[in-house]
Amino acid sequence: MALFTPHTENEIREMLDAIGVGSMEELFSDIPGVLRPKSFDLPAGTTENETARIFGELERRNRLDYVSFLGGGYYDHFIPAAVDTITSRSEFVTAYTPYQPEASQGTLRAIFEYQTMIAGITSLEFANASLYDGGTGLYEAIAMAVRTNGRKKIIVDAGVNPLFRSIVKTYITNLDLEIREVELQDISTDTESIGGLLDDGVAAVVVQNPNFFGMVDDYEELFSLARTRGVVSIAVFYPISLGIIKTPGEMKADIAVGEGQSLGLPLSFGGPYLGIMAVEKKFVRKMPGRIVGETVDKNGKRAFVLTLQAREQHIRREKATSNICSNQALCALRAVVYLSLMGKNGFRNTALINLERAEYLKEKIGNIRGVEIIAGQTFNEFTVRLPMSAVDFAHKMLGHGYAAGIPASLFYQDKPNHLILSATEKRTEQEMDGFVAVARKVLP
Amino acid sequence: MKNIYEKSVPGRRGVDPGTAKKETEKKLADRYRRISDNGLPELSELDVIRHYIRLSQLNFSVDTHFYPLGSCTMKYNPKVNEALSSLPGFAGTHPFMAYLDVDAVQGSLELIYSLSELLAEITGMKGVTTQPYAGAHGELTGILLMAAYHGTKGNRKKYVIVPDEAHGTNPASAAMGGFSVISIPVDRDGGMDVNIFREKMSDEVAGVMLTLPNTLGLFPRNISEIVKIAKKHDALLYNDGANLNAILGKARPGDIGFDIVHMNLHKTFATPHGGGGPGAGVVAVSEKLVDFLPVPIVTKTKGGAYTLDFKVKRSIGRVASFFGNFAVLVRAYAYIMMLGREGLTDASEKAVLNANYIRVKLKKYYDAPFDRNCMHECVFSARRQVQKYGVHAIDIAKALIERGIHPPTIYFPLVVDEALMIEPTETESKETLDEFIRAMVEIAETAEKNPGMLKNAPENTPVSRPDETKAARELKLTCNR
Repeated sequence: MALFTPHTENEIREMLDAIGVGSMEELFSDIPGVLRPKSFDLPAGTTENETARIFGELERRNRLDYVSFLGGGYYDHFIPAAVDTITSRSEFVTAYTPYQPEASQGTLRAIFEYQTMIAGITSLEFANASLYDGGTGLYEAIAMAVRTNGRKKIIVDAGVNPLFRSIVKTYITNLDLEIREVELQDISTDTESIGGLLDDGVAAVVVQNPNFFGMVDDYEELFSLARTRGVVSIAVFYPISLGIIKTPGEMKADIAVGEGQSLGLPLSFGGPYLGIMAVEKKFVRKMPGRIVGETVDKNGKRAFVLTLQAREQHIRREKATSNICSNQALCALRAVVYLSLMGKNGFRNTALINLERAEYLKEKIGNIRGVEIIAGQTFNEFTVRLPMSAVDFAHKMLGHGYAAGIPASLFYQDKPNHLILSATEKRTEQEMDGFVAVARKVLP
Repeated sequence: MKNIYEKSVPGRRGVDPGTAKKETEKKLADRYRRISDNGLPELSELDVIRHYIRLSQLNFSVDTHFYPLGSCTMKYNPKVNEALSSLPGFAGTHPFMAYLDVDAVQGSLELIYSLSELLAEITGMKGVTTQPYAGAHGELTGILLMAAYHGTKGNRKKYVIVPDEAHGTNPASAAMGGFSVISIPVDRDGGMDVNIFREKMSDEVAGVMLTLPNTLGLFPRNISEIVKIAKKHDALLYNDGANLNAILGKARPGDIGFDIVHMNLHKTFATPHGGGGPGAGVVAVSEKLVDFLPVPIVTKTKGGAYTLDFKVKRSIGRVASFFGNFAVLVRAYAYIMMLGREGLTDASEKAVLNANYIRVKLKKYYDAPFDRNCMHECVFSARRQVQKYGVHAIDIAKALIERGIHPPTIYFPLVVDEALMIEPTETESKETLDEFIRAMVEIAETAEKNPGMLKNAPENTPVSRPDETKAARELKLTCNR
């Protein structure tokens, strides 16, 4: 059994004596017998060595012998080794929320730089210190819109990640809010229908770029229309795409919210991820979560602090902008380190390589008879219509060592043959050629 | 010290991701193209390494400093857990693999299943969801479970009761879930005032949120009575498990009568705090709420394989994209496995021992609002120092920083004037506690003899006290504006 308590028998005795109790149990005398555990049936502890062995066995029960084209908002991107070197520093890992600025300038400065880089890539004014993930971030963006204009209806494009939409629906079940989802035209946004719904009862309009099917669009006109109707525009974005794709800020979105996993975070079976939020200036005081600001110390030296804390739960309690407390600080650190390492050029090149790889795959798979590439601008993910069930295809391909993509029917039942594939900078032409060769055999 | 933008040099390259073929750009139509600068700096890999490693050195952390931050359980985080969470099979698996083929992710699913079983046993509950990403997220999940439960029963509920010593997240979560909050004061014994509670209780109360032990570090002696009153009105009992580290093997929320409990894995189960997350706020529920848990749930088939159940009868839906902060779950599972039944009980005993040791050693020097044995943390008030010498809790905190000790939580709980909330945790040795006690005594004496000295602390830190008013008034939230 591994124990991390340093007390010797002598020390325990001395301490109990100092406290003035006869036994450890006496310290728990406020818990009456009737409230003691009816059972506490846990295995005996293991040594570190045994634990590592058991975990090794568990880990091997996950398959790793396949080439993946899975995306859907979460991507297999290259992570420079230096990201782990920095973010595994004990001083970052084992600190907590920087309430005491004199003892936390490292975390505070890193978050401040993160806020700057997020504002930069989204071309919006301000960002907060992080939210849990893209989906919960989307709810926070919607709540912020509702706080701003007091309206109750939210228009959501069905091209927004279905997991995000599902989280939002859960969150609002006991609130007086209404979500109106607008169906896609095949796999693209029906901008006209959405525009027609924007009236003075609408709090916010939500679109995603690229959408869940990988389609890239320009929502600038929709967002300007929203503005004239007093509707808050929320752009859901994919950070890596912003290396080359028109940004939420360029489209004049009010709030940008996105899943930040692609910025140096491993896939880790669903988390920890990173909710990114950036806003136009006028929303800054309504933002949820931590925000770091620059100021000076009493000697006039540059210093950083948590600021605008009067929005937050530990001060405002039930009137806070959100209940969020612990967020994803270490994930935000990964993102800022990733962005610093890539820098202006690397960030753009990464996006270009992603476009290149996906276009390559698109061309190759499009050459297979019976496979229809659904036309339109895409980035590193696109949708094909197969001459068979996408679920069956994906299952067969996995047997050959390929995670072929996401069958759209998992979330869109009217699209049984649509498969969504992504290719990041980690996919080689050789891997893609191999995939296409096998697909030819598997498809009818 | 310069910020990273001030170190940036136009044209300097960092990590080279490769170069796309020239014609690639043409694959993107002009109207979809980014025109503005991406606002990122230009540095070499070494520039970046040096910058952030230097920043790390400006932090206090558990691995470098004693960090008795109350309510946060800053215990030692075993390093093997870090290694295990980054095993390629765990770190490299795409969550959608679970949707393609559960057979490909049996290891991850088994881990989630087994951890859930252990946490159910530890808390005396029946069902578990690992989805919530943090404590507050677990609270919101609990509130949504309450709403769904009462909705199904046709109960008309409007209120959630929260004692005034509670964490700010409790009322914030209740409000976020659509309920109005009724706040109840604590009585002289440090528990929720049961008379006022009884008075405010009605059939319109959906639930009662209690921290156990509470934020005063006390196990409420009237807990059974509170539970009884709540049940009479079909109000659900929610346990904010932030302080679970005090009662492992000593009491279980389920046995006491709670219906919902969230656990902060980053507190009780030793996963690192990361400078403010990621944590995990796993929620466990009693029998009557099992049918409402978020989907999907990891279940075990008769054949012993693990699979996903999307058809939970009255599920509230998803609160997270997948299974929560999985890599945090891996660490917590390793921790629980290593400690086992005896180790977990030992952890709580030593946590309580350490807190009481500090309590008795300091009670001569600082006011203790409740003079009784505490659980895993002890709360003092700097009232005496304020009244006699004008020295506030914040001055004491800053003086501790000067002495290389991270301060306790200050000004919380709100019900204690000038609160100092000290949670040493079980992993600290007697020498460390003695050193802390000496520092606190010395500060109390300095307050008496030379209060001005404390007002200037800290002096030997990367920065002295920052001007927080200026920060909020002249908002500067990015390096460039």
